[in-house]
Amino acid sequence: MSKLTSRLLPTGRFWVISAPYLWLFLFFLLPFAIVLKISFSEAAIAIPPYQPLLEYAEQSLSIAINLGNYIFLSEDSLYYAAYLGSLKIALFSTLICLALGYPMAYAITRAPRDKQLIYLLLIMMPTWTAILIRVYAWMGILSTNGLLNSTLMWAGLIDSPLQILNTDTAVYIGVVYAYLPFMILPLYANLIKHDDTLLEAAMDLGAGKIKAFWKITVPLSRSGIIAGSMLVFIPVVGEFVVPELLGGPETLMIGRVLWQEFFNNRDWPVASALAIVMLALLLIPIILFHYNQSRAMERNA
Amino acid sequence: MNRRPAFSTAMLWLGLVFLYLPMVILVIYSFNASRLVTVWGGWSIHWYIGLLDNTGLMSAVKRSLQIAFFTATAAVALGTLAAFAMTRIKRFRGRTLFSGLVTAPLVMPEVITGLSLLLLFVAMAQAVGWPAERGMVTIWIAHTTFATSYVAIVVSSRLGEIDQSVEEAALDLGCPPWKTFLQITVPMIAPSIAAGWLLAFSLSLDDLVLASFVSGPGATTLPMEVFSSVRLGVKPEINAIASVILLAVALCTLLAWLIVRSADRRARNPNASS
Repeated sequence: MSKLTSRLLPTGRFWVISAPYLWLFLFFLLPFAIVLKISFSEAAIAIPPYQPLLEYAEQSLSIAINLGNYIFLSEDSLYYAAYLGSLKIALFSTLICLALGYPMAYAITRAPRDKQLIYLLLIMMPTWTAILIRVYAWMGILSTNGLLNSTLMWAGLIDSPLQILNTDTAVYIGVVYAYLPFMILPLYANLIKHDDTLLEAAMDLGAGKIKAFWKITVPLSRSGIIAGSMLVFIPVVGEFVVPELLGGPETLMIGRVLWQEFFNNRDWPVASALAIVMLALLLIPIILFHYNQSRAMERNA
Repeated sequence: MNRRPAFSTAMLWLGLVFLYLPMVILVIYSFNASRLVTVWGGWSIHWYIGLLDNTGLMSAVKRSLQIAFFTATAAVALGTLAAFAMTRIKRFRGRTLFSGLVTAPLVMPEVITGLSLLLLFVAMAQAVGWPAERGMVTIWIAHTTFATSYVAIVVSSRLGEIDQSVEEAALDLGCPPWKTFLQITVPMIAPSIAAGWLLAFSLSLDDLVLASFVSGPGATTLPMEVFSSVRLGVKPEINAIASVILLAVALCTLLAWLIVRSADRRARNPNASS
């Protein structure tokens, strides 16, 4: 512990920790308990549109825990297909991002120092920009009479326009486009710390370039791969904007289904149950991400 | 190994083209004179002038900028404290939970965070009567919560890099801890605090999903306004407003980058001259 923090004891230290702690506890952790609570209640035509869980009736407190929402989810194959669809799209997009992002991150580490900073700026810029705008840009390109189809037809590669917008292909393009930078940044942060002498040693001992890369560089970049993959996989499972704007009616993703249950059907309890199941599915990836992050942060400290 | 690998360099360039080409096309088409978005009808700034007359859009812009300003300010205060707690205080009760609370909002799907915050606000309104109605304040709370995590990550990486001996020297010479923090630590991490502020500002300005959940009647932000028209398809007015947002965020990013880079240079130069 540094001297500064030990001297801040006890009052300063208390406030340094408790101000952000309280905020995050109240506005991030506590809400999950409420979602869990409401997922056990019944929908009602009221404000707010659900029935209270606790009720004072005839001087006794009755708790009405209702598993109906979860049973409802398990009986309707739509929800099952939506979870599966989300996991599938998230998994394949993560793999595509990794395949594209790894060589890109690697190339940046090999560039001269001042160029690296410019490349990083170019990769970082999209992560600050609204996903809504960047996905919208693709709507004009992919539509039936859009730029991509007219270019392909002009080049004589196709005779009639391809239907790309409102298909799963468009969702993959949009997701990879939106999340690729989140893969590259942690990979770069990891790859830049590698010691080149290890590669030289491997090559001196007779390993080929490709073998040295797979045996040394890739295993050493494990924590960067985990961080990047989780930064893509977890949010994509709950993604709403991309399937809504680029996907078609057959694109089932759970974020979109939750949105519809909440805003269109006004069924708050079912939306809550959907969120709880999604959270349960994502718990292991989130914990994996967290341990990976806190290990990296401790190395910094 | 100084030779630059040809395959990955080619991938880098292709990747950058992939990332930027759609945005460039969007900006070019925002100057299209034709109302048909797929037909090029010559250059025009017609759609940009039309934006200024759209009062609904302009009030959404103003509201979004206000929320972004207050979000960035609150997130910088909370995020810097959180970063300090995580990098400098090795042991305190609930530290594991604390670091979990800081990193989880980075990846948590927005539909979950949005829904859970809305349900919290509804439950609070029933229990304590606040917030009586949802709007800018509830959006500000939602944005501050997730922006705090981003600021904490940016600032903590800087806190890990700086030389702690300067802080220790100040304390040894009798400087009170709070003064040391404000006069030594904060100036040393100032560039990343500034970068964190700009990042939080951009994130708040961009957010659609959280704002849609926790907003109330009449409090429409710019992304919500854009989304409701985008759903119906591509429109020239939306091309124009999207280009303006792209430009604003690009300027924020560039500014943050310049601040961090010049701080890096200052930190590196003493070593270079010795």
